[in-house]
Amino acid sequence: MSSTIIWTVVLVTVLGTLLAMILYVVASKFKVEEDARIDEIESRLPGANCGGCGYAGCRAFAQSCVEKGNLDSNYCPVGGNEVMKKVGEVLGISVVAKAPMVAVVRCQGSCQLRPKINVYDGKLSCRVKSALYSGDTGCSWGCVGCGDCVSACQFGALSMNEQTGLPEVDESKCTACGACVKACPKSVIELRNKGPRSIRVYVACINQEKGAVARKACQAACIGCGKCAKECTHEAINVANNLAYIDFTKCKLCKKCVEACPTGAIQAVNFPVKPVKKEENGTN
Amino acid sequence: MAQIRNTFTIGGIHPADCKLSKDCAIEVLPLPEKVYVSMAQHLGAPATPIVAVGDSVKVGQVIAQPTGFISAFVHSPVSGTVKSIGPRPDLAGNKVNHIEIEVEGDEWAEGIDLSSELVSTLPEDNAVIVERIKAAGVVGLGGATFPTHVKLCPPPGKTADILIINGSECEPYLTSDYRIMLERSSEILVGVALMKKVLGVKQCVIGVEDNKPRAIESLNESLSALQTLGEAYQGIEIRPLLKKYPQGGEKQLIDAVTGRQVPSMGLPIDAGAVVQNVGTALAVYEAVQKNKPLISNVLSVTGDCLPESCQHNYQYRIGIPYRHIIECAGGMPEGAVKVISGGPMMGKAIANLDATTQKGTSAVLFLTEEQTRRKSESACIRCGRCLDACPMGLEPYLLKKLADVSDYAALEENAIQDCIECGCCLYSCPAYIPLLDIIRGAKADVMKIIKSRPRE
Repeated sequence: MSSTIIWTVVLVTVLGTLLAMILYVVASKFKVEEDARIDEIESRLPGANCGGCGYAGCRAFAQSCVEKGNLDSNYCPVGGNEVMKKVGEVLGISVVAKAPMVAVVRCQGSCQLRPKINVYDGKLSCRVKSALYSGDTGCSWGCVGCGDCVSACQFGALSMNEQTGLPEVDESKCTACGACVKACPKSVIELRNKGPRSIRVYVACINQEKGAVARKACQAACIGCGKCAKECTHEAINVANNLAYIDFTKCKLCKKCVEACPTGAIQAVNFPVKPVKKEENGTN
Repeated sequence: MAQIRNTFTIGGIHPADCKLSKDCAIEVLPLPEKVYVSMAQHLGAPATPIVAVGDSVKVGQVIAQPTGFISAFVHSPVSGTVKSIGPRPDLAGNKVNHIEIEVEGDEWAEGIDLSSELVSTLPEDNAVIVERIKAAGVVGLGGATFPTHVKLCPPPGKTADILIINGSECEPYLTSDYRIMLERSSEILVGVALMKKVLGVKQCVIGVEDNKPRAIESLNESLSALQTLGEAYQGIEIRPLLKKYPQGGEKQLIDAVTGRQVPSMGLPIDAGAVVQNVGTALAVYEAVQKNKPLISNVLSVTGDCLPESCQHNYQYRIGIPYRHIIECAGGMPEGAVKVISGGPMMGKAIANLDATTQKGTSAVLFLTEEQTRRKSESACIRCGRCLDACPMGLEPYLLKKLADVSDYAALEENAIQDCIECGCCLYSCPAYIPLLDIIRGAKADVMKIIKSRPRE
């Protein structure tokens, strides 16, 4: 009985040693030389494999960083400047910080502002719906509300607001990877500068219809009147095809356009609310 | 020779017939005050307007010319004044250029023969026939609205040996083709003879489903009368086909009549056949023999919620708003929740009743709440009914699965581009999975990829 145990232990030990030796020889003979920096960069990346950088995943991104030797065209939107700085340390180059971006839904066509004129009962998918027809409201430009962007988001940053029927972006979760921008068949979602303390101003409409037609379909539509562009002292607003667009690189967040807009199509978000009583003191 | 079964071999379904308006004779639809003529009434590039705002036009006058090879002339359906030219939503709400004409009287352009006398002597020169068909803006009226003159001139190196005329009208509810086969069979046959002459084929088969015995009888009677007139009418055969949807599909009809198969991504000409609709044959007759451009067609106004007295077959002009047709037919019927342009299988839901009729409009169909309600979708149980139903021999359940993960390479391998969007898979699915919606979207993506490839 005891001899069986001894023999077993001896046999397994010898076999193990033999196999280990074979593995060692094979491993050293067929070793693939790989730049150690790839592993190092990969370990510093978020590991979401979202593809927001344009590469197949985090490893592919790391490989391309090492191959190129610079970071001019590579940027991890999920990790942001912090991660890019660490990647730069590995490659021994300094990284110019990029302004953080965020996904912005450029449509305010809720059920109240943009009444439905027909009922859609097909497959609940923006892609299918927009391929079939112009949508269930009078506006053929805006959000069709089936939530393709919500299912495209890997970070849970998008959700459908059931009251408005529009997607909402959770800024704390949005990584600006751009998956929602690609998923939206109407190109309603845009990546914009996050702005200082997340303050930003944008035109929440993409309707290029003439003013009267756009307004008839949706009360919050941009009618292309150009009042905002006249008001803007920084030349940040361009009105083309009956639609205003605010260039976020030029916008100084003065909010003059927001007050000028007759339809409320221009949105100013995350501005601190002025306390009513202390208004004269000019707090914030 | 392949065995002939008088119906197509693969797949197909048997939806209820519902030909409610089949006993209603064709009436002429009254004209509205204004018409809006779409520039995109055919497959291919939209036509370019050649009239200006303020011009006065007569019925049958050219108002738009073709843009490119696959395109067609558009003629004024009314006499009056051009009020505006610009984008206007079509029945799906997409903006398309329209010409708005205010109707004043009904004055026809010169040279159009308006008599109902049958002209059975065919012109000698084939080029003249094709030129007249082209000038009249004739397009395929079976649904796809492909310009007819292009189809009648096969590309070099390819020849047809059979002309097949589609009189199957396999969609439920539709009766417009049936009515013209009953009422205007001689004219259809002259049109068929014209197309047969242009193609230079010896054989021509008119396929009619056997649920329309009176149409078969009427065509046979007219044919034997015409065959006494001369050589041109020899070789035409009226073939009853077993009823099955989608028999009217080109590839299915070729299979049903000749037993030949059109190769994947191929055209009917690759199987030596040219397929035209009976409506197109009538339009060809009017274009060549009467010099009358394609400005009118026949549509059915039908639906379960319409009383018998409100079912109609109208001869309509192009550019008439659907709202006007519904008013003429007695207003929106009680219980109708969905209006479809065309049949229930392949027709398009009308999202905008101010959209207007086009050359290929075949019906205004009202559906009730019960008929339109989608049942809730459940999981695929791999029963294989969609496989049995697909007339193209595809695997709809597999295409759906691949489309869900956007595997375009595998979708192309599984021939998604051959889908004819007939809806048989969706009709047969016991789990109510919107297979067609999903496959149609993925097919569009795959076609985009195929077209973006450099050509050899």
